[in-house]
Amino acid sequence: MKREMTGAQMVIQSLRDQGVDTVFGYPGGAVLPIYDEIFQQNDIRHILVRHEQGAVHAAEGYARSTGKPGVVLVTSGPGATNAVTGLTDALLDSIPIVVLTGQVPAFMIGTDAFQEADTIGITRPCTKHNWLVKETDLLSSVIHEAFHVATTGRPGPVLVDIPKDVQFANGLYTGPKPATSRYQPQLKGDIESITELVAAMETAKRPVFYTGGGVINSGPAASQLLRELVDATGFPITSTLMGLGSYPATGKNWLGMLGMHGLYEANLAMHGCDLMINIGARFDDRITGLISAFSPNSLKAHIDIDPSSINKVIRCDIPIVGDVAHVLEDILKIWKTRGRKTNGNAVTKWQSQISEWRKADCLGFSTSAKSIKPQFALERLQALTNDHDRYVTTEVGQHQMWAAQYLHFNDPNRFMTSGGLGTMGYGFPSSIGVQMAHPSSLVINIAGEASWLMNMQEMGTAIQYNLPVKQFILNNERLGMVRQWQELLHGERYSHTWSEALPDFVKLAEAFGAKGIRCHDPADLDDAIMEMINYDGPVIFDCLVEKHENCFPMIPSGKPHNEMLMGDAETQGVIDSKGSVMV
Amino acid sequence: MSALNIKKGTTKHSAYNLRPNFSDVDERHTLAILVDNEAGVLARVIGLFSGRGYNIESLTVAEVDHTGHLSRITIVTTGTPQIIEQIKAQIGRIIPVHEVHDLTIEGPSVERELAMLKVVGSGDKRLEAMRMADIFRANVVDSTLNSFVFEINGAPDKIDAFVELMRPLGLVEIARTGVAAILRGE
Repeated sequence: MKREMTGAQMVIQSLRDQGVDTVFGYPGGAVLPIYDEIFQQNDIRHILVRHEQGAVHAAEGYARSTGKPGVVLVTSGPGATNAVTGLTDALLDSIPIVVLTGQVPAFMIGTDAFQEADTIGITRPCTKHNWLVKETDLLSSVIHEAFHVATTGRPGPVLVDIPKDVQFANGLYTGPKPATSRYQPQLKGDIESITELVAAMETAKRPVFYTGGGVINSGPAASQLLRELVDATGFPITSTLMGLGSYPATGKNWLGMLGMHGLYEANLAMHGCDLMINIGARFDDRITGLISAFSPNSLKAHIDIDPSSINKVIRCDIPIVGDVAHVLEDILKIWKTRGRKTNGNAVTKWQSQISEWRKADCLGFSTSAKSIKPQFALERLQALTNDHDRYVTTEVGQHQMWAAQYLHFNDPNRFMTSGGLGTMGYGFPSSIGVQMAHPSSLVINIAGEASWLMNMQEMGTAIQYNLPVKQFILNNERLGMVRQWQELLHGERYSHTWSEALPDFVKLAEAFGAKGIRCHDPADLDDAIMEMINYDGPVIFDCLVEKHENCFPMIPSGKPHNEMLMGDAETQGVIDSKGSVMV
Repeated sequence: MSALNIKKGTTKHSAYNLRPNFSDVDERHTLAILVDNEAGVLARVIGLFSGRGYNIESLTVAEVDHTGHLSRITIVTTGTPQIIEQIKAQIGRIIPVHEVHDLTIEGPSVERELAMLKVVGSGDKRLEAMRMADIFRANVVDSTLNSFVFEINGAPDKIDAFVELMRPLGLVEIARTGVAAILRGE
């Protein structure tokens, strides 16, 4: 059906037809016609953020907690450039985001016009794809294609740049018809390779599932199928930061997170396995450690929808290109028809070996009666929020790793964190996006004080829309993770890793009209956390924690999985000069 | 080219060789990429190479299907087999890219390049340049009393050889198109 309307009306109609209910944005000169249309309708809620980076992270939180694409609307020039960090974040974590940017009128492009930037050029490397639309007749089909590209295959951020004259002009509106799109990634895996994997599973003595964000991106069915496969085979399972929740932390085969700050038993299982089944993870350097010593004696299978992930870093023996849910379905089907076989005795022995490793209690820490240990704070938060309908976001640093270690996730789409890019300032706006999508759920952002300050302007957004997001700040007055590295690598010369001028977070909360809670005594912690949970509105929780606590266990950079540092480790000189080059 | 004897991929449904041999030796591969002829598509391909640190030895691009708005990009690149596979997979991810062909693996293929050389000189040098041009089947496309512009086409090696011969004979300027390549019949 084709109808004539203005470009600005097309934007709204396209969003409507894509089922969009929420847009995060910030107005400006080059998007005024679109904002005028937003003003005249009630189908789509517009959330006014306080900075464009916040809009993109909020959309990411919305997308990751719902599985639907997040939508952002910003103006040209600085509006677009402020969105770049969020786009890059979404690209590295494969989050479906559609960013609409205004642009100077098409006839002024290239003249260095006011608030002109080469948005397409700037965002080309940080989007899955982007489009500059110069004709109003093409606008709606481009927006529909943008949604298709963002959400199909390996998801990612896309951007549509719309010159102001295109928004004003009349054109013909076209509805969505994704079947005709040129972009159609392969969903089904190659059956021969899948059969090869099943055969390997039948004989494996020390198998391990290594899962990642791809399981969550594939949708709820993938998590269900994963649970069925893990429970039926009895193989142990670990997950990257990005995949937490796809298999429940309460599940009996759960090893915990792996990687640089992953659990001892998870990393040793990866190192010692004879069959590694990578499902939707990408052998990130936080996971592999020293490549040449990575899981030296295993057959490696890799299921990924993106062919470029395969053999990028780690040589893979059984490559399977396809969507996780589709492939898992086929694995289960073939494994069942072949008689549901596993190498039972050997796997039981493997499990008891893992139980031995588990006894190391790598997450153990010494509590203190005088100060709050950050690990203790998260342990208490976990205990007091476990029964809630809870969503957690994080900023980036020590607190992020502690959150991954001490909070338990039993469902996908419940843990939103900046994994690939490591964007400080991600968590707070992300929690706003999550709360918009889940208004009656408990949404907590685990933060460090330094990360949190990077996007603190979004307090205004939380207040304006009455979003009861809980900002749980583990305040050590340090850039904790950087400080830890300076301790390990740079002779305890703490160059610029502490803040001398932190705000009073309680007063800051009050200044915005939110509630502020401060806690420094371990004995008061439970009551304070309950006060935060029970308050109906945004809370800044200033949790003053032990200042020089290090995050363990840790695989120092340049080391393999079986050379981990544990909590009481001697930390000087553990990273050699080669390792210190890596971050 | 066929001496490289690289195993073809065993995953039938994929355009990529997902089970390559992992040698550390750099190889030269010629890729033919069919793309939608739209604004910025070349920037996407080139940006991929610079952004991820891959080499481009030669690059040519032109529209090959006017009604279908398709262009063909021919890239000559070098890298270890793992890098070459990664390059192809990364190019394949670009939305306007329809097909990625590794002519070095899919071959045998024919490679041709066109070059124009301006040679300035007089007397014996001028005669010698003319004689060499004859041997290499180069054409004279412009001439003055003390200069020639030769046009030569052929495999890049042949052009390299001709360029080296012309250097002492008064070569002042070279323009090369870069490699265009196509698989042999069937």
